[in-house]
Amino acid sequence: MPFRLVKQALRKNKPDSSFFKTPTDLQSSYDVVIIGAGGHGLACAYYLARDHGIKNVAVLEQGYIGGGNTGRNTTIVRSNYLTPEGVRFYDESVRLFQDLSKDLDLNLFYSTRGHFTLAHSDSAMRTMRWRAEVNKHYDIESELWGRDDIARAVPFMDLDCGGQHPVLGALYHAPGAVARHDAVAWGYGRGASNRGVEIHQKTKVCGIRIIGNQVEGVDTDRGFIACKKVVSCVAGSTPRITDMVRLRTPVEIRPLQACVSEPLKPFLDTIIVSGSLHVYVSQSSRGELVMGASVDRAPLHSTRSTFDFVEDLADKMLDLFPFLGGVKIVRQWAGMADMTPDFAPIMGTTPIYGFYLDAGWGTWGFKATPVSGKTMAYTIANDDDHELIKPFRLSRFSEYALVGEKGAASVGH
Amino acid sequence: MKLLNCPHIGIRPASEFSYGGEAIAGPDPTTCDDNAWADYVFNVNGEPGIRLEWWHHGPSGIWFVLERDTQTDAVVQVLDSKDAIGG
Repeated sequence: MPFRLVKQALRKNKPDSSFFKTPTDLQSSYDVVIIGAGGHGLACAYYLARDHGIKNVAVLEQGYIGGGNTGRNTTIVRSNYLTPEGVRFYDESVRLFQDLSKDLDLNLFYSTRGHFTLAHSDSAMRTMRWRAEVNKHYDIESELWGRDDIARAVPFMDLDCGGQHPVLGALYHAPGAVARHDAVAWGYGRGASNRGVEIHQKTKVCGIRIIGNQVEGVDTDRGFIACKKVVSCVAGSTPRITDMVRLRTPVEIRPLQACVSEPLKPFLDTIIVSGSLHVYVSQSSRGELVMGASVDRAPLHSTRSTFDFVEDLADKMLDLFPFLGGVKIVRQWAGMADMTPDFAPIMGTTPIYGFYLDAGWGTWGFKATPVSGKTMAYTIANDDDHELIKPFRLSRFSEYALVGEKGAASVGH
Repeated sequence: MKLLNCPHIGIRPASEFSYGGEAIAGPDPTTCDDNAWADYVFNVNGEPGIRLEWWHHGPSGIWFVLERDTQTDAVVQVLDSKDAIGG
C-alpha cells in the first residue's frame, strides 16, 4: 500500500472529504431562497454571494445536489447559435466556462474538442451558412467545412451514411467542448457554501406565499421560511412551481433521453451532431460514447427510458459509424426537459414581485450554467433584468417577440 | 412496441402518431384582445396530470383528441375531435 495512503489513514484530523457544509436546521428567514440545487441554482447562489455580497441565501433541493438535469445532460458546451441574442448569451457562457476550473479551484475536465454540426441537405447547408455568418459577426469561431475537410478531421465517419443521407458539409465550431457536469454543480456548491450560502438537500417546496403581489415566503416540508425573493431554477419541475404562484407559462415538459456505450479505444476527439439524423455523440475521457437525440414526441413528467429511443438512436449511429455494430449500450437514462415554443430560455423578473424565473432550459441548459447563474444573480440583486437576458423575458410571448432559436437548438445537446 | 388505439382505424404502433399540442377551446379571434390570444397560442397547462391533447395519425392524416395522464403516459380515453371540444 502506498505510504501516502497509510499516512492518511493514521491521521487524526482527516481532511474534509465533504464538499459542502450540511446545515441542520432551516432558519426562519433568508434574503433569497433558490429552489433547485442543480448547476443553475448553485451558480446563482455562488454569484449572489461572490459578486453581490448577498450571503443569507438558502438553496432548497427536493432530491440531492446535481441529481436532475445537471447530472443527466451530455455535457456539451458551445455557442454556435443562430440568433444574435442567443449567440451573445452562450458566448459569454463559453468564456466563463473556460476559466471556471481556476475560478472554482476544481478540475472540471473542461476539454475543447471542436464541434461539427453535419448538414445532409441543401436547406441544412443554408442554415449552417447562416449560423456561420451570424457567429463570425459576433467574433465566434464558426465556419462551413466541406466533405474533404470533415473526412480528414473525422476519419472513421461514413460521410455517405450508408448512401441514405450523404453529408454535404458541416458547421465547424472550434470552441465546442465537453466538461464534467457533476463537478460544475459541486464546484459552484462548494464556492457558495464557503461564502455562507446554506444548501438544504431533501427539502421540498410545497407552496409559495404571496401577499398582495409580493412574495412573502416559502412553505417547505420542513416548515415555513420567510423571504422576499424566490428564484425557481427547477427545469423539469417548473410547471409545478409556477402553478404555486398561478403564473401561466408556455413551458411543457418532455423527456430527453441519452445513453452511453461500453468504453472503446479513443477514436473520436470531436463532437458530432446531426440535426437531420437527430443524433449527437462525443467520446468521454473514459472511452464511452456519450449519445443523445431529440426530446420524446409528447410531454411526460417522468425520467423513464424507452427501448424505442435506443433502437432509433442505434439505427442513426450505425449510419454514421457502421463499425459500432457490435458495441453494447451500458447505461441509458432520461431527464425532464422544460421546452419552450421558441427554443430559448425564460429568465428574469415576472409579474409577481420577488418571484424570479430561470426556466425553459429544454435541451440547452448545461452549457448556459455559468452565464445563467451570473445574470440571474445580477437580476435578483438589482431587481432588474440583466442586459443579456432581456430577450428571454417571460413577457416576450404576450408581446409576440419570440427569439426563434429552433434552427440551432432543436437537437438536444 | 407501444400501441395506441386510433378511434378510426384501430390499434396502431405509437410511432405512427404525433403530438399536436394541448386541446383547449380558444377565444373568439375577432373579439379577444392580444393578451388573451397570446395566452391561448403560447401558454399551456404544463403541470402533471390528466389533460386533453391533439394527436395526429400520420398515415391516415386524421386528427383526434386523447385524454392522457402526463405523469404516467396512461391514455384515459380516445375521443373524436367533435365530441372533445365541440369543434
